[in-house]
Amino acid sequence: MNFRIHRKRVTRSFGGDMVIFVVLLAGAAFSALPLIYIVSNAFKPLNELFLFPPQFFVRNPTLDNFKDLLIIMADSWIPFSRYLFNTIFITIVGTGGHVIFASMAAFVLSKHQFRGRKLFFTLVVFSLMFSQEVVAIPKYLTMTYLGWIDHYAAIILPAWAMSLGLFLMKQFIDAMIPDTLLEAARLDGASELRIFWQIVMPIVKPAWLTLTIYSFQELWRRFGGEFIYSEQLKTLPYAFNQIISGGIAWAGVSSAVALVMMGVPIIIFIINQSKVVETMATSGLD
Amino acid sequence: MRAIPSKGKINLPSSYQNRFSLFLQDLWRDRISYFFLAPYGILFLGFTVLPVLIAIFFSFNYHNMLQPPQWVGWQNYFRLFLADDIFLIAVKNTFIFAAITGPISYFLCFFFAWLINELQPRIRTILSAIFYAPSISGYAFMIWQIMFSGDSYGYINGFLLYWGLIDEPIQWLLDPQWMMPVVIVVVLWMSMGTSFLVFIAGLQGIDPKLYEAAAVDGIKNRWQELFYITLPAMKGYLMFGAIMSITQSFAAAGYIIPLVGFPSTDYAGRTVVTHLLDYGNVRFEMGYASTIAVVLFVVMILTQQLVQRLLRNLGS
Repeated sequence: MNFRIHRKRVTRSFGGDMVIFVVLLAGAAFSALPLIYIVSNAFKPLNELFLFPPQFFVRNPTLDNFKDLLIIMADSWIPFSRYLFNTIFITIVGTGGHVIFASMAAFVLSKHQFRGRKLFFTLVVFSLMFSQEVVAIPKYLTMTYLGWIDHYAAIILPAWAMSLGLFLMKQFIDAMIPDTLLEAARLDGASELRIFWQIVMPIVKPAWLTLTIYSFQELWRRFGGEFIYSEQLKTLPYAFNQIISGGIAWAGVSSAVALVMMGVPIIIFIINQSKVVETMATSGLD
Repeated sequence: MRAIPSKGKINLPSSYQNRFSLFLQDLWRDRISYFFLAPYGILFLGFTVLPVLIAIFFSFNYHNMLQPPQWVGWQNYFRLFLADDIFLIAVKNTFIFAAITGPISYFLCFFFAWLINELQPRIRTILSAIFYAPSISGYAFMIWQIMFSGDSYGYINGFLLYWGLIDEPIQWLLDPQWMMPVVIVVVLWMSMGTSFLVFIAGLQGIDPKLYEAAAVDGIKNRWQELFYITLPAMKGYLMFGAIMSITQSFAAAGYIIPLVGFPSTDYAGRTVVTHLLDYGNVRFEMGYASTIAVVLFVVMILTQQLVQRLLRNLGS
């Protein structure tokens, strides 16, 4: 069991706990208030959305905004499920590949000695600091050269090699995996692939769960507009944006859209974090 | 007889050959490592390193995206430092912005992760979701526009007027005096992102036995615990967080433009990246925009090296 929850620690004072409680509450309120406003807005009838002065909380909650959203979605030129599928496909394949490939690379960069490992890692860290806005054109040129314009690959394959994932995984493998453990496994005749999959990955589960959240929310809100031109390959954020840009008449629908776009990653986050807690609770048993 | 050139000429290729075959031997010996690195490595070189190299090449060209790039040497760089007044404003704003939001967001991420780590798992999950949510809420930050709306109906103005603290509404998002402070508040609101999650996961990964041993060894309170055990154990994650803070605080633009407009009044909301976007997306001067990116890149790397040096001394 996780001793931190069940055992009273000598280094903790009651007064300190109280101060922490108050500080956390204040921070949480600052973070949560605008979000509550979004939730509240999504259930506001149209007349309340345009009320002056604007009201923070909804008075007569209604599901009209969501109904309108469904009607628009049913009405669209391309079946709306297609946009949804595109985004889910990109998000799942992109996240899965990123987590696996970044972890594999991080494992050898952290635990193997070979030519170029320092240079490669430095490149990854430095690449985080180059403005994405400027690389857009060279990226477009690369995709054109490869013939990947208007193809899922143009979004998914670069996502597999996002810099952040490797950096994150390497920091965790550095800190959590002792070299002696790997040496012992090698003496027992385990292959590197097996060491990676059956020893390293289970131990750093909190790391790749965290990376999953990052990658998910990154891909979930991906427009893909710079590479994708066919309507049937476009993503959900793109389709939603079309609705929102319909102007003030769609104010109600927009607020429903805002809630959907924000809600999904938060739900994924909560499921995911409870998994992190489970890992911690079981790995404390050694 | 050392001057005989032919001798050198004969030996040189063979020593290169030796080195090259040694190099190949090394590659072959570590083939498993390269096999693990390859999928990520190839994609990374192709889709990240190559575009960056092309962008650096563009920075030495005049490139309007329609005609092929024309080589102009260092001309873009001279123009940037010697002939671009607005760039100086942008640099000043970026430094102020980065110097405030970078350290504060970094500190907040660690501080709240550290506090949350003390809680029970269930509450911890909910609280971390609340803190993390703003950073993934996409366009939700636009509600700050309503809060800081310049008329008396904006929440903040309404509140201040009601309590008689001001006589007339403040143009928060148009007044150069208030623009940056407002943007800083909004960015801090959104700052509990990936580093926050990494800190939480990192804190949980610290071996509980370390704390038990430390309590036996006479560590009395949570501050001693923090400085002698937690921080040294978190070094790698702190480095990660520092780099995230640097990238986010120097490269801020995405939230600034929708809030204060583009261009903003008196360029008070202009940062290096909005300056870059002005040239890249509005004026189609890709070469010049790339020059700005390269300069920003160099400044960020220097900052990162400095921070790395500071963190290395931590707890040792």
